[in-house]
Amino acid sequence: MEKQLLRFKVNGDEYEVYINPKTLLAEVIRDHLGFTGTKRGCETVSCGACTVNVNGFSVKSCSVLAIQCQDMDVTTVEGLEKNGKLSPIQRAFLDNGSYQCGFCTPGMLMSSTAFLEELKGEVPTEEKIRESIEGNVCRCTGYNSIVRAIDAVAQGKYKEE
Amino acid sequence: MSHAKYSVINTPVHNIDGVAKVTGRATYTFDVTLPGMLYGKILRSPHPHAKILNIDATRALELPGVKAVVTGKDTLGIKQGIWRRYEELCDEQILPLEKVRYIGEPVAAVAAVTEEIAEAALDLIDVDYEVLPAVFEPLEAIKKEAPTIHEGVERNVNVTRHIEWGDVDEAFEEADYIREDWFKCSGQHHMCMETRAAVSSFTPDGKLTVWTSTQSAYYHQALLAGVFGLRDGDVRVLAPYVGGGFGGKFEIDSAQFCSGVLSMKLHKPVKIVLTREEDFIASKRRTPMFYYVRTGIKKDGTFCARESRMFSNGGAYTGMGATALYLSGFFHSFPYKWRGYRYDGYRVYTNTMPSTSMRGFGAPQAMFCSEQQIDWICADLGLDPFEVRRKNGHTEGYEVPGQAFIASCGLEQCINEIEKWVKSKGKLPANRGIGISSCGFMSGGIFNWFDSPYSFSSAVVTINFDGTVELHVGCQDIGQGSNTTMAIIAAETLGVKIEDIKVHSGDTDHCPADLGAWGSRQTLMAGNAVKMACEDAKKQLLEFAYAEMGINIVYDLDIKDRWVHIVARPERGLPYGDLVKKALRGKDGQRIVGRGYYTPHRKGMISPAYSYMMQAVDAEIDPETGKIKIYEVMTAHDCGQPINPLGLIGQLEGAASMALGYAYLEDMPFEDGKMMNPNLVDYKVIKAPEMPKTDIIEIDTYEPEGPYGAKEAGEGLTNPTAAALGNAVFNAMGIQMKELPITPERILKALREKKEQEAQK
Repeated sequence: MEKQLLRFKVNGDEYEVYINPKTLLAEVIRDHLGFTGTKRGCETVSCGACTVNVNGFSVKSCSVLAIQCQDMDVTTVEGLEKNGKLSPIQRAFLDNGSYQCGFCTPGMLMSSTAFLEELKGEVPTEEKIRESIEGNVCRCTGYNSIVRAIDAVAQGKYKEE
Repeated sequence: MSHAKYSVINTPVHNIDGVAKVTGRATYTFDVTLPGMLYGKILRSPHPHAKILNIDATRALELPGVKAVVTGKDTLGIKQGIWRRYEELCDEQILPLEKVRYIGEPVAAVAAVTEEIAEAALDLIDVDYEVLPAVFEPLEAIKKEAPTIHEGVERNVNVTRHIEWGDVDEAFEEADYIREDWFKCSGQHHMCMETRAAVSSFTPDGKLTVWTSTQSAYYHQALLAGVFGLRDGDVRVLAPYVGGGFGGKFEIDSAQFCSGVLSMKLHKPVKIVLTREEDFIASKRRTPMFYYVRTGIKKDGTFCARESRMFSNGGAYTGMGATALYLSGFFHSFPYKWRGYRYDGYRVYTNTMPSTSMRGFGAPQAMFCSEQQIDWICADLGLDPFEVRRKNGHTEGYEVPGQAFIASCGLEQCINEIEKWVKSKGKLPANRGIGISSCGFMSGGIFNWFDSPYSFSSAVVTINFDGTVELHVGCQDIGQGSNTTMAIIAAETLGVKIEDIKVHSGDTDHCPADLGAWGSRQTLMAGNAVKMACEDAKKQLLEFAYAEMGINIVYDLDIKDRWVHIVARPERGLPYGDLVKKALRGKDGQRIVGRGYYTPHRKGMISPAYSYMMQAVDAEIDPETGKIKIYEVMTAHDCGQPINPLGLIGQLEGAASMALGYAYLEDMPFEDGKMMNPNLVDYKVIKAPEMPKTDIIEIDTYEPEGPYGAKEAGEGLTNPTAAALGNAVFNAMGIQMKELPITPERILKALREKKEQEAQK
């Protein structure tokens, strides 16, 4: 299959890559660009470890072709931190111990970030928070510490630094 | 004993790897890429039992980009196992020479320039099999007429284990009531988020370096050296960040072995990452167990005797399953005093994927049977389940005859707390019930069937000129936070801040040997080694402090919060940083080095110390659909002195989610030896919406054998949950669940049977 040119932004920077149009977004992010923070944990779009944000929406990067992201804005876990300052949800994860092995953490953070942005300041119910990470499997934490972290950010306890 | 004197212990801290993990900087074996690296794929058996007649890789080798295809003939053919002291239990050739014994067993491996080419090459390898009759269940496999899975192993019995104390028959005679039940406990998959993965790099100087997702770098160093005919020291195992373990990552897996064989053939780095499906069908799993339990009790609730027989589905090979056989039988007696106790365990080979250790190590199964039967007996006799547990429970100073000495035990307080909590809930609505279960767990095994010539745990601490501390440990952080726990113990002991400590682990070239992360051993064993190393270093520092301060030698000196001082007059002292600088000059520029180790002696048969707990599960059952809704899991827990409180909560919540999954969601159905749900769509794990509220009450005890009084904290919490849920279902609906997982179908069936029985009456 003839390679195509993909032009898109990742974590604020412009990238151009020639790719086989069958290539998944997860593969381009990890293998072509080297953003290995994004993980993969299944072949069935079930685990959410590969979640990234595309134009502000959380997307499982193993479920979309990279070429579909032409001219779009992709954020991976590496893009959450700005100038060495961690984002509110990253700090809340640290304070609440919302990670253990850490393999699901990048995906969890990306789902949480998109959810918190969609809220636009509204304080969600616990049920809503739980639904927001329903697509992300964590085998270590039992989720409750993650829910507490998202809740703390939604309650305004963490400000952008 | 008061613990308020601690500066770092039991204070919430960020895990020392937290920033790496929340920013994507943490790299796992999954992320390792080396120059010139090739990708490997493994061809697996489609048959549960078959002779390998011939493997022809000609067509695969013709595919452009394929660099090598290896089979058993390219290996030394060594039968390996983790019970190295027992030759007959070393029974697994990964890439077998003669026959395959389960669906998914590796038969050949390919290395190619891309993963896609390696994958495509698998279809071009021609294997001739002679299919043999197969057997999948232990109670079938043990029959005389069953097919032989391993030559010379009679009735497919892989290992047996007998545990007995007291006069069991006499104790039964004293019983007023005897109850017998059969239980069937399912398997469970570790389902680590990072599947098994390895990058092996063999170089022309004869050295092998392996990056892998492991629970014990040292075990893998020794095991891989063994199968490849190398010296341990010529194998370097690096464990970068590890994406979960739960008991499934300390035996050799096919990614490690096949990447090693390929790399040794090609002298190139080879990476193999198992797909989720491969990880499900061809790794190992929690041991499925059939339990027969006979318990005798007096009218007043005093336990007399228990006699149990257990048949476990061992699958095709031994692995850590032999240990699960022993521990299940031991913890089946827990946490009670039996006048007579007898356990006969039979681990039976079958043509299914091997079973092994998984968080709880045989105890969740044992407790599912024991703790439910106790509640049923209480119902049969009109006894109070709390009172009966209190009456028979372990207490401080108790000796499990010939097995264990209990130096610290907060069981009674745990029972009291949970009783209070359950009573505070009052009367529950229809179809809703709270079930309880108590149990305990070990703080590391004292056994050495691995035949390690090294201390069980070791630590080396080095103090730099600027006061920062390099802590080298062999214990393995797999996400449970052991590096943070070790940093806390080091900071507390040396009297410095946690940010002064750098922990080095997961590299056999630079870290001392340690048996690794299994059996809840690291906090106690590696923790003691770290404490000893730091005490050694601190003693050397304080020698300089005495000289520097010129004080009366009868005074005690100590360091706390980077302040070196006289204990009786804390204001008199000098900064730790100043002392270190002076001490190094006094040592001709040498850095201060402290060494510590831990090897258990005279600690019984199982473990130096035991945690205790009681858990309550509040659940509602829909009588129409059989569906379960869990409202809350409440745990009272004695882990001695908590070291890392945030980590402890994480362990509790994580154990609850894994154990609830085992109790009512996770199942591994097999048909003719084939796992029917090897993917995350059909294999159901707990997700955020189902996860209930989880609270914990910590019971304050002090374990004399543990560092600062600490003992096991994370694994044992997996033990009580399935039993507590079973008891909740019993209390809500009056049905007895004897099979795991407790699915809606099983609940509906039990409800139907109950109705039929009532109609007959």
